[in-house]
Amino acid sequence: MPFDIYDFTSFTQWIDTSLRSSMSPAGAVAVEFLIVGVMILLFYAVIGLFLVYAERKVCAFMQNRLGPNRVGPFGMFQTIADLVKLLLVELVPIRNADKFLFNLAPFIVITASFMAISAIPFAKGLHAIDLNIGVLYVIAVSAMGVIGVLLAGWSSNNKYSLIGAMRSGAQIVSYELSVGLSLITIVILAGSMQLSEIVNAQSTGWFIFKGHIPAFIAFVIFLISSTAETNRGPFDLAEAESELTAGYHTEYSGIKFAFFFLAEYMNMFIVASIAATVFLGGWMPFHIGSWNGFNAIMDYLPPFIWYLLKTFFVVFLMMWFKWTFPRLRIDQLLTLEWKYLLPINMMNVLIMAFIVLMGWHF
Amino acid sequence: MKSIIDYIKEIISAVWSLLKGMQVTGYYFIRPKTIVTQKYPENRKTLVMMERFKGEVVMPHNEKNEHKCTGCGICEINCPNGTIEIISKTITTEDGKKKRVIDKHIYRLGMCTFCALCVKTCPSNALAFSQEFEHAVFNKALLTKVLNKPGSQLMKGVE
Repeated sequence: MPFDIYDFTSFTQWIDTSLRSSMSPAGAVAVEFLIVGVMILLFYAVIGLFLVYAERKVCAFMQNRLGPNRVGPFGMFQTIADLVKLLLVELVPIRNADKFLFNLAPFIVITASFMAISAIPFAKGLHAIDLNIGVLYVIAVSAMGVIGVLLAGWSSNNKYSLIGAMRSGAQIVSYELSVGLSLITIVILAGSMQLSEIVNAQSTGWFIFKGHIPAFIAFVIFLISSTAETNRGPFDLAEAESELTAGYHTEYSGIKFAFFFLAEYMNMFIVASIAATVFLGGWMPFHIGSWNGFNAIMDYLPPFIWYLLKTFFVVFLMMWFKWTFPRLRIDQLLTLEWKYLLPINMMNVLIMAFIVLMGWHF
Repeated sequence: MKSIIDYIKEIISAVWSLLKGMQVTGYYFIRPKTIVTQKYPENRKTLVMMERFKGEVVMPHNEKNEHKCTGCGICEINCPNGTIEIISKTITTEDGKKKRVIDKHIYRLGMCTFCALCVKTCPSNALAFSQEFEHAVFNKALLTKVLNKPGSQLMKGVE
């Protein structure tokens, strides 16, 4: 069994050939689907639980508190206890709700984030689907979640839910533009929309350094607009606790609420993964020009660890925003997008195109 | 042209103020010493309550088992919910005068709202708040307390 922590290509090839030798090609593909599905499901659950714990701890430390510290050492099993509680909670039936859409909405939200996570390159050769339009696919699929949010708000037959869902709709439609344009800036630099090629192009230097100031501006805009897209603070108008109780998922309970909750955290993780992949070099180790000794030390860390480190760095940045800034009003939110981010982004794309045209990047 | 300069200035000042805010939270994040949360049941031994904390009403006695309560009843009158009841008795002093002193100063902790009217209005500063706050008992009768210790006397010089 050729297992190499630095390159999973031979390992996945080995699984493929050994499956094909023992069953029909269709059966092998089915088994591979199953393996990939179970792996992603496990990864999804573990990362979701960890992120909830991390968020509570980071938030607590920033507010001079301790955070969860009772269940297990440093409160590490708190989220597992929360999960068990959520699974046991009664599913409250809502009178006069649209039953079918009400039950469908959480699945749409969680399916959207599942589809997005499958296109992310975790390590060399550890990549479920490598589409040649990976960036476009991720943008399109992650925007699908808003349908679930709108359905949840509409079918709940509740004013708070509806207002929250409508706000979320306005927000995501606006900020999708900024997310797209800031990724386009890097697509111009990389010359490809395929995520594996984008990562490979960064072997000589991450795009945030390669692209000079425009790439950095694109990174900041991507952070802001993707925070808004995932409905996280300071853009969490869709579930503003003080105004709308819980926004679009006010009426949900038990496992259905857990789906929304998990999808929110996983969307944050997916967005951070994309930021890490596109701007910070994905699973590529940190290399500096011709410092061969330094580069060799950096190569010791497996790519998967690099990927996780970068992703959690971006996740930490997003948590830092959330627990520092107060929530925006809906008009401020739209002003920020249409009067500031969008014009800056358009100028940024032009500047980046000019830099690439003149060959000023390295 | 001026409007464009103003636009850029606005963006820069906005980013600057946001970074300032992040500096504050980042400062606390990397300094675990600034955490103010106390782990209560674990730190019972070393726990120090605040000086002005209103735990329960007590009557301080000095080392000769003397208190300052003259039995005037002002605390009983002032108490909004009848927590305090004073039972007084009359004694004859050495020079043959008759004098009223307290027999029992009854304090019902279960009814107290810790408003501090009794402590504030006491003319001879006989009452005070202790910092004891673990009041839970299994028998309701234990919440009725007699504040003056058995055999205690009025402090000399307090009338």
